[in-house]
Amino acid sequence: MTDTFDIAILGAGPAGMAAAARATQLGASVVVLDEQPNPGGQIYRNVDQASDVQHRILGPDYSHGRVLTQGLRDSGALHRAGATVWDVTRDGVVTYSQNGKPEQISARHLILATGATERPMPLPGWTLPGVMTAGAAQILLKSGGLVARDPVLIGCGPLLYLLAAQMIAAGRKPRALIETQSRSDMWAARGDLAGALRGWRYLVKGAGLMAKIMAAGVPRYTGARDIALEGQGALTSVRFTVRGKSHEIATDTALLHHGVVPNTQISRALRLDHVYDQTQRCFLPTVDALCTSSEPAVSIAGDGAGIGGAKVAAISGQIAALGAACQLGLLTPHALQSAVAPLQRQRAHELHARPFLDRSYPPAAQSLSPADATIICRCEEVAAGDIRRFAKLGCKGPNQAKAFGRAGMGPCQGRFCGLTVTELLAQETGQSQDETGALRIRAPLKPVTLGELAAYDASSQDT
Amino acid sequence: MFDPLEPQGTNQVQFQFEDRQLSAPQGATVASALLGAGITAFRDTPVSGAARGPFCLMGACYDCLVSINGVTVQACMTPVQDGLQVKRVGSRQVDSEGAV
Repeated sequence: MTDTFDIAILGAGPAGMAAAARATQLGASVVVLDEQPNPGGQIYRNVDQASDVQHRILGPDYSHGRVLTQGLRDSGALHRAGATVWDVTRDGVVTYSQNGKPEQISARHLILATGATERPMPLPGWTLPGVMTAGAAQILLKSGGLVARDPVLIGCGPLLYLLAAQMIAAGRKPRALIETQSRSDMWAARGDLAGALRGWRYLVKGAGLMAKIMAAGVPRYTGARDIALEGQGALTSVRFTVRGKSHEIATDTALLHHGVVPNTQISRALRLDHVYDQTQRCFLPTVDALCTSSEPAVSIAGDGAGIGGAKVAAISGQIAALGAACQLGLLTPHALQSAVAPLQRQRAHELHARPFLDRSYPPAAQSLSPADATIICRCEEVAAGDIRRFAKLGCKGPNQAKAFGRAGMGPCQGRFCGLTVTELLAQETGQSQDETGALRIRAPLKPVTLGELAAYDASSQDT
Repeated sequence: MFDPLEPQGTNQVQFQFEDRQLSAPQGATVASALLGAGITAFRDTPVSGAARGPFCLMGACYDCLVSINGVTVQACMTPVQDGLQVKRVGSRQVDSEGAV
């Protein structure tokens, strides 16, 4: 028989944990499904198991995650860990695998809290072993107990500086920072500075990170272009130019980052409305002030609805829980209004610095419009030039491009090429990104073995 | 390459990658265990045969695929265990003519 809950929360990061704590306080029965063995999401990954050394290196913003994991444990919500969700329907049925066994639950309301993924950063050679995302290096610090040896950090944005500062705290400074933003990006962001000053804590934190990087003497190359990752079978060096001058750095580890984007696999699979955001340069699901999506019984909280960071995610998780509770009749509209108003103010305050950061560290131009020979679909090894060729043959959207040349058809299901395909087709056809559209996502959202499907006993399900 | 942040504790598990005997801290994933052992290439792609290794480590990219008990799994989502036999996937035998 399918267990039924008032609210199912998908994801146990800051948004999901905060939503669970708030929703149970309001009397809702709640299940939280998450793929990882422990709560925290990627930002607070392993926070309850990390050693004192790890907490010292990762800093107080990381350790703060323990408040949220404690809140989840105290909430009485059912946390199903190690649960890989592979199908979700608009009427609240969620199918997932746990320990290789398929399970199903149903809920009257869904809160998607699936967070963010690294923005794809196609560069020549980015598929070589030894090239990873900055987020991957952070995951190794948090849960693998490993620190990269002499890596170069490539790209732009606050996470790149945070990783560099954490490595310095670990006594293992990076070899170099190869930064893609230029002085003109900073100049373009000046209009947002006044707003950003109201969110001054983020700027102070950024300045602190930068001071640590400078004090440690990590070489910084800003305005880097023509970046190429080179090696036979594995990374051996990185080449790039800065204002016309060529550089080469020998290294076996490169960590890429130029921002994160919402993980929209489930919101796409549910066919919710999405719009392209020109500032964040990605698709965002449409949500209202209560985090409700275009489907009233589905809310989206945290970075999955637009990048705001961990604090914003935890606030929006609470807002989503309040909105859902009101829809379920657990809260009067009047009580909802008085509870959400202070949270909405807090959220707006936390978001003040965001436009300034987005404009100061725009995605690397070289990766938004990669050279023809650069692989953009890692799974099927489709190059940017292939997509341009498809466009010339009349291909208008990414679903058609899939039929033309398999981009997005591999096991990652377009997670690391979908946005690039849309950008390339939009550039070639002159259509907007919204007109170009995104890959159509279908279940199974993650690969399932035939054995798992066969073990699924539909007759015992009550749906 | 990656180095341990702290001296390795006594809580180690023994596992195998191809014919190499390796050890890793209890609770590590197969991906971090292999990276900790200095292995960055986990497989060859089915399209061009190019070597690949972990990229995102959060279950999204599917580049860290390995074979365990005949099932292809994401190394970054699989905990390492004592006695685990991990194999490369997609390794191709290419003959002198270049045919697979």
